[in-house]
Amino acid sequence: MRKLLSYLYDYKIESVLAPLFKLLESLMDLLVPLVIAVIINKGIGGADNGIILSNFGLLICLAFLGMAFSFTAQWMAAKASVGFSAKLRQALFDHIQGLSFRELDTLGTDTLITRMTSDINQIQNGLNLSLRLLLRSPFIVFGAMIMAFTIDVRCALIFAVAIPLLSIVVIGIMLLSIPLFTKVQTAIDRLLGLTRENLTGVRVIRAFCKEQDEINSFDRLNDALTHMNERVGRLSALMNPATYLIINTATILLIRQGALRVQAGALQQGDVVALYNYMAQIVVELVKLASLIITINRSLACARRVSDMLDVKTSMEYPSYTQNTDNAALSGLAAPYGSMVLSPAAASSQLTAAAVATGLPYPGSVSGTSSSSETAVCFDHVGFSYASSSDAVLTDINFTAMKGQTIGIIGGTGSGKSTVVSLIPRFYDVTSGSVKVFGQDVRSYPEGSLIEMIGIVPQKAVLFEGSIRDNLLWGNEKASDTELWESLETAQAAEIVKGKEGRLDAHVEQGGRNLSGGQRQRLTIARALVKKPRILILDDSSSALDFATDLALRKSIAALPGDMTVFIISQRASSVRQADRILVLDDGCQAGFGTHEELLDGCAVYQEIYYSQFPDERPKNISGKNAGSANKRDSVHGDSAKQKKGAHANDRDAKTVDERGIRDAKDEIRKGVIK
Amino acid sequence: MSGSKVKKNNTGNRSSMETLKKVLRIIGHYRLLLAASLLLALLTVVLQLYVPVLFGDAIDQIVSPDSPGMSEISSTLVMILVRVLELVMISSVGTWVMNMINNRLAFRTVMDIRARAIRQIQVLPLSYLDGHSSGDLVQRIIADTDQLSDGLLLGFTQLFSGIVTIAVTLGFMLSKNVWITVMVLILTPVSFLVARFIAERSFIMFSKQTAARGRQTALINEFTGNQKLVKAFGREAKASARFKEINEELRGYSQSAVFFSSLTNPSTRAVNNVIYALVALAGAMLIIKGHLTVGGLTVLLAYSNQYMKPFNDISSVVTELQNALACAARVFELIEAEPEQKDSEAVLENHGGRVVIKDVAFSYDKSKSLIEGFNFQAEAGTKTAIVGPTGCGKTTFINLLMRFYDTDSGNILIDGQNIKDVSRASLRHNYGMVLQETWLKNGTVRENIAIGKPDATDEEIIRAAKESHSWEFIRRMPQRLDTVINDDSLSQGQKQLLCITRVMLCLPPMLILDEATSSIDTRTEVMIQEAFDKLMQGRTSFIVAHRLSTIRGADQILVMKDGRIIEQGNHETLMVKGGFYKNLYNSQFAETAL
Repeated sequence: MRKLLSYLYDYKIESVLAPLFKLLESLMDLLVPLVIAVIINKGIGGADNGIILSNFGLLICLAFLGMAFSFTAQWMAAKASVGFSAKLRQALFDHIQGLSFRELDTLGTDTLITRMTSDINQIQNGLNLSLRLLLRSPFIVFGAMIMAFTIDVRCALIFAVAIPLLSIVVIGIMLLSIPLFTKVQTAIDRLLGLTRENLTGVRVIRAFCKEQDEINSFDRLNDALTHMNERVGRLSALMNPATYLIINTATILLIRQGALRVQAGALQQGDVVALYNYMAQIVVELVKLASLIITINRSLACARRVSDMLDVKTSMEYPSYTQNTDNAALSGLAAPYGSMVLSPAAASSQLTAAAVATGLPYPGSVSGTSSSSETAVCFDHVGFSYASSSDAVLTDINFTAMKGQTIGIIGGTGSGKSTVVSLIPRFYDVTSGSVKVFGQDVRSYPEGSLIEMIGIVPQKAVLFEGSIRDNLLWGNEKASDTELWESLETAQAAEIVKGKEGRLDAHVEQGGRNLSGGQRQRLTIARALVKKPRILILDDSSSALDFATDLALRKSIAALPGDMTVFIISQRASSVRQADRILVLDDGCQAGFGTHEELLDGCAVYQEIYYSQFPDERPKNISGKNAGSANKRDSVHGDSAKQKKGAHANDRDAKTVDERGIRDAKDEIRKGVIK
Repeated sequence: MSGSKVKKNNTGNRSSMETLKKVLRIIGHYRLLLAASLLLALLTVVLQLYVPVLFGDAIDQIVSPDSPGMSEISSTLVMILVRVLELVMISSVGTWVMNMINNRLAFRTVMDIRARAIRQIQVLPLSYLDGHSSGDLVQRIIADTDQLSDGLLLGFTQLFSGIVTIAVTLGFMLSKNVWITVMVLILTPVSFLVARFIAERSFIMFSKQTAARGRQTALINEFTGNQKLVKAFGREAKASARFKEINEELRGYSQSAVFFSSLTNPSTRAVNNVIYALVALAGAMLIIKGHLTVGGLTVLLAYSNQYMKPFNDISSVVTELQNALACAARVFELIEAEPEQKDSEAVLENHGGRVVIKDVAFSYDKSKSLIEGFNFQAEAGTKTAIVGPTGCGKTTFINLLMRFYDTDSGNILIDGQNIKDVSRASLRHNYGMVLQETWLKNGTVRENIAIGKPDATDEEIIRAAKESHSWEFIRRMPQRLDTVINDDSLSQGQKQLLCITRVMLCLPPMLILDEATSSIDTRTEVMIQEAFDKLMQGRTSFIVAHRLSTIRGADQILVMKDGRIIEQGNHETLMVKGGFYKNLYNSQFAETAL
């Protein structure tokens, strides 16, 4: 919490002056009843026009002085509160950039967005009001009471009773309603959720003819919300009449007391008027104060949440000796844009320089063994679990991918395919074992350097608002149009871009809404290729492509020059079949690693996947109806993966010979067809 | 410039009036409450304004010791004070009752409008719902209705009491002193003008701020929503820089907007203070001349302070009202949108489910034809596969089968009955549908599965879950069938399995499967395939899928392209024909030979 105040440091002068000027303004307001009293007592009493006129002048002065003070205060408050929130928002955004995947998972996108938008707006609002009013209202309330005491102690005692009474009523009602308001908010959220559900699920609701049911549950929530609202309403409906009653009763007592004092000669009529005026000022300020307390309370809660978020530390540690390299790399990336545009020659030289730089193995591995210079990625007994669940997501994953190889990864939903590849760019740290990239433990790479070598195409094809070019340049800021087109060709996306008006400059709407799923997917592949990565990860990135396009894509990626290592996650056996090696995952365990042929021979899980998609290739002796029943038997009996494996292993020996014969024959036929 | 502006305002006013009428119609049976509220407003305003007058009289009764008096305060004074106490109490109770009535009025109206809206949602054609973003519609049903009630109803009562206050105040002031009243009247517009001058300036700033904030929120949504992608491409520094740009821009606009808008109060207060001073000056002079009493001056001073308040209230209420009317217009646009064509009462009789499609034409955008001359027959109990590239009209085909959309021309017949001649409910009851986009409601697993058969027993549900292989993960959930789930708590594959379980439980005579298995891994797919095979036995089924292997067993294959059926037949005949289908099919084999 205190840390947040440091963002106010730049505005410390404004933060002090704003309430100060506000106090000066209210002082002007407090003086008015006294001046009026003088007018009545001396001016009218003595029939002295001079006194009346000079005091009138004083009133005018007070009015304009008050305005000037107030303007100054408002300006200071606006400057400080807006400046503070801007700084805080930037700090929060920057802070989020530094968080690792683990923290992002725990915090969740919605939370992050809320903190940065509505929470900070709320804080700004609260700060602005605090600077302006937090001191002013109590100052006027107590100021009025003190003024009353200076006029007449006995009369002022009425103030001393009325003010606490009013405070109790006003603040009490507010405090009682706060928890009710929270409940109302929850009720609104639920109603809102249901409404959204009705809209997003309209097809399902209609398909199942559940319209009336939905109306009924909506009505239930709607009723509940209304009742809740009315309950809060009943409470806050008391506020005005109660304060009105108290203040006027106090005024009645005041006038009665005042009359007695005037008769006793202790007071003049003008003084009673002044007391009466002070009483009137109090109510307005108390109500203001109460609503201010609510706003501040809300902002404080927001501030606490934002502060908590700023306290979240990244769980990633980077080697300390790389700190300098890191900064250099970052500034090297950020600085030269301006000059870049002017000299394309410099640009390309810088690009090659950058490529060389990123291509270089990091400290230690320059003189590495020849074997490590051949391996691209090596998983050494890797175990992993996400922070949120203690269950292991991956257990004992062991494999090595050589440079230039294509590695297919296949397995069931939740088997850990995406998790495996997310360990390569060190999005997460392993729980046990190690991941090595180019012979070097991923944890020994300086921040940001590993990611530069790796091109990733995530499952969800997301593009950002801007031109197609802007999106592709994510891969590499310095890429030329020629390079962009090359990548588009490889990703089978050139046709898409050629079909758009403006081509590379064609506008992509937020989230890529104006593109189809398949188009987005190909563009995200191109975006990763623009990077000219040494390792390319395709995380089920061709799911929205038809088979022909998928095939053409894989062919053109395979035809790329250089020794790029490619990881392909897919649910289609056909997509990973040609891979140099295939990693088969089953419930977080490595069920197999090898070539297609090897796995078809010896990996039950792979066999099951493959034959389900290529039933024609299933060895003849168990094809047709027999295959169906065999399959069924597996799923009935095999509750655990191990049992399944066992069942298959028994069948396998019998199958193998036939299987191979058939496949070889098929291959021959196919080659014939192609020719 | 002014001419066109005036015109626009006129038409704007006319539609505002219409909206206002609609609102009044909506509050229909709360008319009595509204009348009571207005009556009470009148009463309390008059009472509350009368109290200062009595206080003024009371102050005049205060006599100094040198005047011939006694130690007791005058009985007139006591009488006045007792009177005040009575009035204050009446007015307090009145205000309280009025507040309660206003609450009820506002909350009930919102409730009614929302209830109407949700009913409307259920009968609106899908073309309307598909044409509006769900966020926009949610906004109308939730936020806009709130604004409508707050702004319109409470605004209306405030406006009313504001006008009453001004009128009554003027009356009381006139009764005290005509000249001072006239002076106050003449000076009032100054404060008005000042407020308007500031409001206009700050409005420009606020629009700029709103625009900048909108851009910033979009950026935050985009980047933070995809923070992992930002990190995967090492774009953190660029993202920060881009954010900084818009953040600084917003800071500039916000500072001006916040500052300008906060000037209204001090400025009008200054003007009021000047008026106050002038009243004091004039009042003092008049007292000396014997035209006014000190109590009278007190009343005038109090009024001159209060007098401005309703004006400020009214001006803020007017902007609120305009805003509320805009919201109301949006709400009414939804509530009054043309609902789906009236449903027939007839019930579809299923005799096996023979589907005939005759000369069907359809398009979403009537200026562009999509499906034309669509003819097709599916015999009862057969399996029809629909294949083709993205956007070929496969989803549209489902929209038509389920009557989510009606055909532009041509007919769809089920067992000889035109689907337009039977009720939608009876048609849809005959179909089991698993869509590409899974949808789960916020509720328990049981509620989600039993959506099509609410009276299903646990055994039935568990059996269906086992058959569709969703039991494996439901079994592992903390409260099994009673576990509360929402759209985010399950993986895509699990969601799809649950959607399949739903259909498995109802066992309707016809099936529509829209790429149902596309996001489930192949191993699960095998299990589902098996379950589907069982489900499809003897049922007329339509399957949309990319996976050619899953549709080879289909009795009929429809190959669609650009909204037309370009080929039709079973796998063998289509392969022999050697057309588009053969190409598509071969690409799968060609790649295995790579």
